[in-house]
Amino acid sequence: MRFGIIVFPGSNCDADCYHVVDKVLEQPVEYIWHKGNSVKGFDALIIPGGFSYGDYLRTGAIARFSPIMQEVMEFADKGGLVIGICNGFQILLESGLLPGAMLRNDSLQFRCGPVNLKVRTDNSAFTRCFTRNEIIKLPIAHGEGNYYCDDATLSDLIEFDQIAFTYCDKDGEENPEANPNGSKANIAGIMNRERNVLGMMPHPERFAEELLGGQDGVRVFASMLQSFKEGCR
Amino acid sequence: MLLGKVFVTLKKSVLDPQGDTVRKSLHTMGYSKVADVRVGKYIEVRLDSSTPEDAWQELNEMCSRLLANPVIEEYRLEISEDDGR
Repeated sequence: MRFGIIVFPGSNCDADCYHVVDKVLEQPVEYIWHKGNSVKGFDALIIPGGFSYGDYLRTGAIARFSPIMQEVMEFADKGGLVIGICNGFQILLESGLLPGAMLRNDSLQFRCGPVNLKVRTDNSAFTRCFTRNEIIKLPIAHGEGNYYCDDATLSDLIEFDQIAFTYCDKDGEENPEANPNGSKANIAGIMNRERNVLGMMPHPERFAEELLGGQDGVRVFASMLQSFKEGCR
Repeated sequence: MLLGKVFVTLKKSVLDPQGDTVRKSLHTMGYSKVADVRVGKYIEVRLDSSTPEDAWQELNEMCSRLLANPVIEEYRLEISEDDGR
């Protein structure tokens, strides 16, 4: 399974993602510079975290108009797997591939550290190696991860089982105390209706090896690989 | 040359954590009459359009596509002659 990692000026988790795909997942992987105009030959695309274009104007707003994003959008429209992590999630929201928008964390603080997450669905190419309602741990690192959508959109996300991860406490309660940024309904990650595009604020690539604090993250990438091998998503 | 002024603010329905924090700070400073604060963005765009109407239309399109995010923000435009300052 061939992975492509989109690199913008200001991306800073691209090398981490590369390492996980190359060394942990042991799959072919290549960087794709944002000025490129082809994603041909790739089976999945990763939009990594960072501060693309310095977060100018709004997080992800400028990256969304990079030449490569047109290709990413076509790739997604054709059913290709796209995962956006942190700033990648913000870019997917700005590009309209996922519904909603990001606001400044309600604390106004940059939040950085491991958090408990509830896996809300195992019915996707990104979460099939988890079990529904399983509690996992992944690190977050963001200043603008306060997910916002209107109530109608939230109803849709719930009805169509598009919420992938929520912030919770160690017992799985999705309460305000466990919400690090003020996200609506404690949302940490969502998918599109077609379930081939995932955006998430936590960093699965940072918890892919026990040496680095945990291995829950690698299961996101392993899910993608398993889906690809079985030819389904 | 024409000068477009764009004022971007969060929609009324969207909580503004920055505005809230500024309001609390103003209260602490003793400005007890402050009822609400909203923090927004101000953008200046100089345009070589032939008429103010053209400039307004073009700038309006830029706002809806890039300068503002319609999911969370609203905006207001003003077009004037650029006095070069």
